[in-house]
Amino acid sequence: MAEQLSPDLRVNLCGVLLPNPLVLASGILGTTAELMERVAKNGAGAVTCKSCGPEPRAGHPNPTVLDWGPGLINAVGLANPGIDEAVEILRETRRRLQPLGVPLIASVFADSVKGFAEVTRRVCAVPPDLVELNISCPNVEAEFGRPFSLDPDAAAEVTRAARAVCDRPLLVKLSPNVTDVVAIGKAVVAAGADGLTAINTLGPGMVIDIESGWPILANRVGGVSGPAIRPIAVRIVYDLWAHLRVPIIGTGGVTCGRDVIEMIMAGATAVGIGSAVIQGGPAVFSRIAAEVRDYLASHGYASLNEIRGLAHARRHMEP
Amino acid sequence: MRDGTWNPELPLPMTIREVRQETPAVRRFVLDGSLTAEPGQFIMVWLPGIDEKPFSLMNAQPVTLAVAEVGRFTRAMHQLSQGDRLWLRGPFGQGFTLEGRHLLLAAGGYGAAPLAFLARRARGEGRRVAVLVAARSRQHLLLVDEFRTLGCEVYTCTDDGSDSQPPRLAPQAVEELLTSLRPDALYACGPAGMLDALEALARQYHLPAQLSREAYMRCGIGVCGSCTCGDQLVCRDGPVFRIAG
Repeated sequence: MAEQLSPDLRVNLCGVLLPNPLVLASGILGTTAELMERVAKNGAGAVTCKSCGPEPRAGHPNPTVLDWGPGLINAVGLANPGIDEAVEILRETRRRLQPLGVPLIASVFADSVKGFAEVTRRVCAVPPDLVELNISCPNVEAEFGRPFSLDPDAAAEVTRAARAVCDRPLLVKLSPNVTDVVAIGKAVVAAGADGLTAINTLGPGMVIDIESGWPILANRVGGVSGPAIRPIAVRIVYDLWAHLRVPIIGTGGVTCGRDVIEMIMAGATAVGIGSAVIQGGPAVFSRIAAEVRDYLASHGYASLNEIRGLAHARRHMEP
Repeated sequence: MRDGTWNPELPLPMTIREVRQETPAVRRFVLDGSLTAEPGQFIMVWLPGIDEKPFSLMNAQPVTLAVAEVGRFTRAMHQLSQGDRLWLRGPFGQGFTLEGRHLLLAAGGYGAAPLAFLARRARGEGRRVAVLVAARSRQHLLLVDEFRTLGCEVYTCTDDGSDSQPPRLAPQAVEELLTSLRPDALYACGPAGMLDALEALARQYHLPAQLSREAYMRCGIGVCGSCTCGDQLVCRDGPVFRIAG
């Protein structure tokens, strides 16, 4: 029997080469250069920092993150050190990730179009390999108002403003909490986004302690993530790919190689890993990458390109 | 979801069975429930409407905590009495592992709580345990009687010499005990500065050491990245970190 070549896990995300499709999702472990380097050394194909905004934010009081069983619910509230310190952290992160060949994605947020443009401009000086606009955090509505991601015009305006000052590939992270996510996707791509990240957390949701009657999260409501939301994430990636054909980081409840393959068959270019880190810490990346490689090898595929969007080609027989 | 199963890790209520004043700042809370936990592991205590904070276990069966009043949350805890409820998640993190036949435990300030749990386990296995209880002054020496009851040799030191011994800091007292007792392993919990000094001592004396560190914590389950110590997460990789010596 001829020796089988190891499948090629590399993917091209908006012109940036990732050694494998697994991307550390924003908001998970992306707080320090040392931690992001550890994630990269544990097999991530790219690393997204925790979203940084114009000013330091303490975030919400605890409880902020709960494992409610089929997933997590969180309302951390965009805790971050502010753009001045974030730029220093990202510079150090870039210095550590470059020799590893693992790209850095800078996630940014703000409460205004002007703020988004300013934070994007500042962060591009690092420079990261890609920039991701977090227009879809569901946990700061009381302070920030309605997320930009819920309205095509608002989403497009933010994207246009960031695009004007951004010389890196630009991703926009979409919310699942809309009736027509494709309309939002079309609007941000038309406004200059190179790719999409889908999805941010679902909801918001609520978990109540029935002994006390208290909603457990201090913010009362929070974004739902983990395996519970994966079918929704897969469907949204499928719809976005069907209508837009731009690179997508498919994110939502992926915990194993099978989930990664499913996301890529829906049309994802790369796949975000977030809540799954509670299962094995940063080591989940190498475990999941090995599972993806095994799947490709055992099914005779040489690369992920051979299965990307495969579900779109499968059509039910006409009656 | 932790083990690929659908078991939620939500806060569970327990009722306070006993509250005991240990020192002017510290109260012991004995709860009516038990956990399967290792010494050095911690739980997240939730007081609805107030906050949720990490505490090392002083015992797991029944759940026992030694809580110093240092801020808003612990002030609220100190207002609780027998019959009141609190909610807890956990246990979380990596605890102490027992190594060697002769252990030296160094407790700085409020760090005595997890070491009392460790001493109980070690004495239960018949190991020899010496404990240094260190505090800023005599009245703040924590759990001295507890360690004695468990059959440990207890030494004390205070910053101001109010325990009728020369004033000295914990690392100096530990170094004296390393020389006189020649233990097989060092265990410690206390302020960061003390632990850093003991880490250096452990390397100098080529002694294995296990240090329980504190950090500002949010999720407790290794996702939020709030409690980093270098590239380590105190909540998941710690709170106990081992130095090979």
